[in-house]
Amino acid sequence: MSLALQTRGLVKRFGGLVATNDVSLGLERGARHALIGPNGAGKTTLINLLTGVLEPTAGSIVLDGHDITSLAAHRRVGRGLVRTFQINQLFNELTPLTSLALAVSVHRGDSRGWWRSLGRQRGIAEECDELLGRFRLADVMNQRVAELAYGKRRLLEIATALACRPRVLLLDEPVAGVPEGERQEIFETINALPADVSVLLIEHDMDLVFNFARTVTVLVNGAVFAEGDVQSIANDLRVKAVYLGEDEFDG
Amino acid sequence: MSAGASAALAARARWRWWELALFAALPLSWFLLPGQSLLLNEIAIVALFAISLDLVLGYAGIVSLGHAAFFGFGSYAAALFAKNVMPDPLAGLGVAIGAAALLGAVTSVLILRGSDLTRLMVTLGVASILYELANRLDWLTGGADGLQGVVMGPLVTPFGRLDFDLSGRVAYGYTLVVLAIVLFVARRLVFSPFGVSLQALRDNRLRAASIGLSVPLRLVAVYTIAAAIAGAAGGLLAQTTGFASLDVFDFHRSAEVLLVLVVGGTGYLYGGIFGAIVFKLLHDLVSSWTPQYWNFWLGLFLVVLVLLGRHRFIRPWTWFQRRR
Amino acid sequence: MLTLLFDGIAYGMLLFVLAVGLAVTLGLMNFINLAHGAFAMAGGYITVLLMNRLGVPFLVCLPIAFVGTALLGALLERTLYRPMYTRPHLDQVLFSIGLVFMAITAVDYLVGSMQQNIHLPDWLQGRLPIEAVGIGKYRLFIIVVCAALTLALQWTLSRTRFGSRLRASVDDPRVAGGLGLDVNRIFLVTFAVGSGLAGLGGALGAEILGLDPTFPLKFMIYFLIVVAVGGTTTITGPLVAALVLGIADVAGKYYVPKLGAFIVYSLMIVILMLRPQGLFARAGAR
Repeated sequence: MSLALQTRGLVKRFGGLVATNDVSLGLERGARHALIGPNGAGKTTLINLLTGVLEPTAGSIVLDGHDITSLAAHRRVGRGLVRTFQINQLFNELTPLTSLALAVSVHRGDSRGWWRSLGRQRGIAEECDELLGRFRLADVMNQRVAELAYGKRRLLEIATALACRPRVLLLDEPVAGVPEGERQEIFETINALPADVSVLLIEHDMDLVFNFARTVTVLVNGAVFAEGDVQSIANDLRVKAVYLGEDEFDG
Repeated sequence: MSAGASAALAARARWRWWELALFAALPLSWFLLPGQSLLLNEIAIVALFAISLDLVLGYAGIVSLGHAAFFGFGSYAAALFAKNVMPDPLAGLGVAIGAAALLGAVTSVLILRGSDLTRLMVTLGVASILYELANRLDWLTGGADGLQGVVMGPLVTPFGRLDFDLSGRVAYGYTLVVLAIVLFVARRLVFSPFGVSLQALRDNRLRAASIGLSVPLRLVAVYTIAAAIAGAAGGLLAQTTGFASLDVFDFHRSAEVLLVLVVGGTGYLYGGIFGAIVFKLLHDLVSSWTPQYWNFWLGLFLVVLVLLGRHRFIRPWTWFQRRR
Repeated sequence: MLTLLFDGIAYGMLLFVLAVGLAVTLGLMNFINLAHGAFAMAGGYITVLLMNRLGVPFLVCLPIAFVGTALLGALLERTLYRPMYTRPHLDQVLFSIGLVFMAITAVDYLVGSMQQNIHLPDWLQGRLPIEAVGIGKYRLFIIVVCAALTLALQWTLSRTRFGSRLRASVDDPRVAGGLGLDVNRIFLVTFAVGSGLAGLGGALGAEILGLDPTFPLKFMIYFLIVVAVGGTTTITGPLVAALVLGIADVAGKYYVPKLGAFIVYSLMIVILMLRPQGLFARAGAR
């Protein structure tokens, strides 16, 4: 089966610090793959490398068979590689509606139009309605993003990524900071993602990992520590040791 | 599922009553206040200049201390064109716009990278360079004396050939038409996907790139457009007042237009007009008391304005609320 | 030619002393203070007034200029500047422009707009009798004083407790505060010293740079160039930037007087284009 996203020997050094250490991983089409590891393991750095926010020191990234290692970040989005951020990165002075409408118009190729107002292009309003409904943002769609409750902001964070019609979706701790009662909403929207979208999920919440992921990669100190399906990783003693900090495994 | 998005998006872009009133007020002012044409012309030119800065500052979030570079460049371009090539006002305006747009496109690369301070420095630097050039190349620009005696030919309009008159009515009408056209086009621009993408990159450049927007392209585009409009304002100044002088590049000019925009409010397009009116009135009022020390009161006004909070200034009812 | 180099170095060192306070303020408090030149002007006018009206000797005026301006800086920091630290840069720019306008017109009103002259003491006038190089005594004096100040600054930063607290606060104010450092007091002292240095620079520079009410605006761009090009994370960055700027300006005005300051501005733009964070900034610096 061909891989949706693949890295080969990816390395990132900051001066003397090796944040990403020879990472080679492959994401299958339609994958539900989790990336876990202790704090500081380099998970977000890896996402930043994949999306082009950071430039790798060595190695390559292949998306859908094309080498994108030197492709600009915004162009990767056009190829279907989309991410969410652990700390919300929203457009605070816009509204949920305009944010989503903008993201939709980008993937439809309308974002450079300068004469007709946003949303008049065919199909944009329909896609927005669908997203607003799916993410339960319809009732706040005209409110200033800065004024939204945190849970809604988190939903908007994910909705914005989905508005880009991703083929490969990188979710960076989607429920970070979300109170217990509101996590369910987000779980459900993640579980309802289309089957052909390949998803890489960074998470600490093990419930989400076991409910959602089929395969798991464990990252420790920037290197791949273990890999496999979710059950075997769950039972792996070395992985437990790494998380609990017991030093019974040399390395 | 209700078709809420479509209606909401349309409602967002719909003309408000006060916008229509404003557009109606423009020609009305020409008809009803013939004796004030010179003053109104001044205000309209400043408003146009401020609107161009709004695109850059209010919509794209670039703090520029050198926007006068484009204003001045357009001014001298129009003046030189009228003196050395032909005195047709419309052609001269076209030249001013084109020249300023070119300058804007070239210098836009300078504002793509770096921090706020870097951008501040670079914009200031460009305006300072132009000031120095205009000062030194006195064989071309008249140096410190400026370019005098710019005599314009008649304006070719659907109402016949109109000569610029001493009362300034024709000049004001000319400026008004340019202002109205620019406002109309700018309005469409800011509500368009391009306009919203500018606001997105102002709010969060990282996220803008993460949804697929090319940030550098948009910055270059808005900077060029804003430069063109500022150049138009500068060209109008030269054409309607008959001379171009060094102070079009001066730091005071850049600082003043910044203040005008801030007073009127950034980010909703019409702040330039309201700011220009208020500023001019304040200027005339204060100058009649203390002609020499206007800058002191200007400075004090700025300090108080900022301490109070820019956004609260245009909403007097918030002045005594506790700051959030 | 060596004379030019010498003059350029003197000019550069003077610019450094004038601008170093601005660099630290920006690096420490993330505050763009366009009114920094007003403190320099204050120091210059204090010196001129003391010398011309009260007959105070030049050398005595210098420390008075420093202390006076530092006190002024401390007062303003505590009252006006402190609420502005968290504001967006646009607000800071508007605020400091407002302060500059007020300062300029106030000085114009109180003292008049003519350029002020300082009568240097005799032993500082004239040139040293060295063959190839025309070494003006006053410029030599400036270099010596400024070099001493630079060394003192460097020593303070690297050897004293205050210095390490300052460096910690520049690196990360929130963490520094969390570690129990009194960040407010550090800001106050730093701002005061920076303003004092500017005042001292203004006093020293009155003879060379000319002193009139437009001083802050005339030289603002030079200070900003030093800071933007030199970066705000080190002392040596602004020092090198100031020296380069000083030499380039002096040489430019001598060899190509037609273009004046054009060379300096262009040089700045080129440098900022290549290294937008300044010549010496670390990654992640402001």
